[in-house]
Amino acid sequence: MKDNYYLHLMILFLMWVVIGSAWNLIAGYTGQVSFGDAAFFGCGAYTAGLLAHHLGVSTWWGLALGGFTAVAVGLPFGWICFRMRGAYFALATLALNEVLRHGATIAEKFTGGMVGILIMPSFTSKVPYYYIALAMAVASLASLQWVVRSKPGYYFVSIREDQDAAESLGIDTHLYKMLSLAYAAFWTGIAGALYMNYMGFIDPHVVFNLHDISIMAILVGIVGGVGTVYGPAVGAFVMVAVQEMFRSGFFGLFKWLGDASGSEGLVQVAKVLTQAHVLGFGILVVVVILVLPNGIVGDWPKIRRRVFRLGTGTGS
Amino acid sequence: MDVFLQIIVAGLLKGGLYALIGIGMTLIMGVMGIINLAHGQLMMLAMYVTFVLNAMGVDPYISLFVAMPLLFLLGVAIQRFLLNPLIKADTILPENQVLMTVGIGMALTEIVRFIFSSDYKYITSTYSNQTFFLGNISFSSALTIAFGIAVAFTAAMFFFLIKTDLGRSIRATAQDKDAATLMGVNTGRITVITFGLGAGLVAAAGCLLAPVYYIFPDLGGPFTAKAFIITILGGLGSTVGAIFGGVTLGLAESMGATYFGMEYEDIIGLTIFVLVLLFLPGGFKRLTKI
Repeated sequence: MKDNYYLHLMILFLMWVVIGSAWNLIAGYTGQVSFGDAAFFGCGAYTAGLLAHHLGVSTWWGLALGGFTAVAVGLPFGWICFRMRGAYFALATLALNEVLRHGATIAEKFTGGMVGILIMPSFTSKVPYYYIALAMAVASLASLQWVVRSKPGYYFVSIREDQDAAESLGIDTHLYKMLSLAYAAFWTGIAGALYMNYMGFIDPHVVFNLHDISIMAILVGIVGGVGTVYGPAVGAFVMVAVQEMFRSGFFGLFKWLGDASGSEGLVQVAKVLTQAHVLGFGILVVVVILVLPNGIVGDWPKIRRRVFRLGTGTGS
Repeated sequence: MDVFLQIIVAGLLKGGLYALIGIGMTLIMGVMGIINLAHGQLMMLAMYVTFVLNAMGVDPYISLFVAMPLLFLLGVAIQRFLLNPLIKADTILPENQVLMTVGIGMALTEIVRFIFSSDYKYITSTYSNQTFFLGNISFSSALTIAFGIAVAFTAAMFFFLIKTDLGRSIRATAQDKDAATLMGVNTGRITVITFGLGAGLVAAAGCLLAPVYYIFPDLGGPFTAKAFIITILGGLGSTVGAIFGGVTLGLAESMGATYFGMEYEDIIGLTIFVLVLLFLPGGFKRLTKI
């Protein structure tokens, strides 16, 4: 039972590594902040779900195809929206997500509407999912490492640093932004399909959720470190831990304290904490951007210096 | 014909309020070049202020005088302590100010949820359900009053921006920040005041909307989206455009809800948004030239 719980956390963590690194490529390397990761995530999840639901196709095909559906949705969208610069793109992705969410809700006959889709999971044990998630996380990190060390990777960074300069050097910025979007959409879609396989249930509100998917993806990226390969992995670990900490009321600590001391106040604190994870996220965004604008990995030298100084300060 | 006129009237009345929401946002966007994604949440906060005051027996329109200064101060604090420090921060993260407003919006929503829970609240006032008729067309009293006040605020805003020194400084900062600094405008102070003004204007919209709308913590998100659509429709940073944008969105929504069905109401705004981006990237600013 206990093992299952940690296995579940590990699967979530690995899934967020995939989504976080995908977000990091387009936002951290190419400089096009996306608020619509849930759109791609939902596309992947719905591909797997609808194939299984309507055609009885194994969800493993969905796992393979989910990424391509997300790319198929992402590319025309990017083609339109990359003509605009900066925050326009961010907000257009927000709109894309909303359109898909409303669409999935309205098309009741096809997607089940608000009721959602329920499928039979392939495995009763969590272990196979763990290995699949692990393989995906390793593959996504390896591909990210490979992409950012290749020529397109340097083009992406040049677009982030100065788009006009990149254009004047003859880089087709529109094309490379699209490539970057395709990569991000692909991996996010795959993660969505994995979610469908693993959870066995989706509805529009779950997979097209702005807070739980899009904002979480951004948080994973910025907490870990924007524009670093391993930042999102660190970020995913921190974020899943934080989310779980709130959900369980600091692992039952406050509830236990409340029960042990018989104090009504502490029980209330525990209750409040379990509902506070979005508030926690909000405050985390504010604090991280103010204190560690480059994330844990990006600002690691700064953190080390601060901690080191603090150490000598108290010592002397 | 009557149905059509009725739709136009309903759309116009709603559009007036939308314009007020949009002007606050476009002001912030024009001066600071950032999109305030906590805009709807600020409005939600103003609606709760109105709700609390109403519970104490204060008329929603009187609470305008409490909510606006309160939200002005909150806006000033947000800009001064959370957004301005980011300009100096050394980071490769693009749009970190926009991300910051997302965080602020989330925190505001959840804090309100803790205090008031997620329940739908509504203000009971004598004019909430009142209507009057001109010919065969019915006017909601509350919306008509709100429309009048919104128009008054918009006009006052224009006067302020065009005639006063502070307004001129704001427009100068919006046009070219560096040049404004060289001309002796304290741009740091201007951004702080502008964010306060934007928050104040959206607070006014919140107070006016409170008697005719349900109040719940999550209403911020959809209104942020609406404010953003209005701003895009009007062209970024254009106050005249925001009025056109607000009225267009109001009309489109009421027509869509009648001719297509209620469930399409939200999609219509987004569709217009995408169409405008495709065919009129500058928004209505291109057409009005102001």
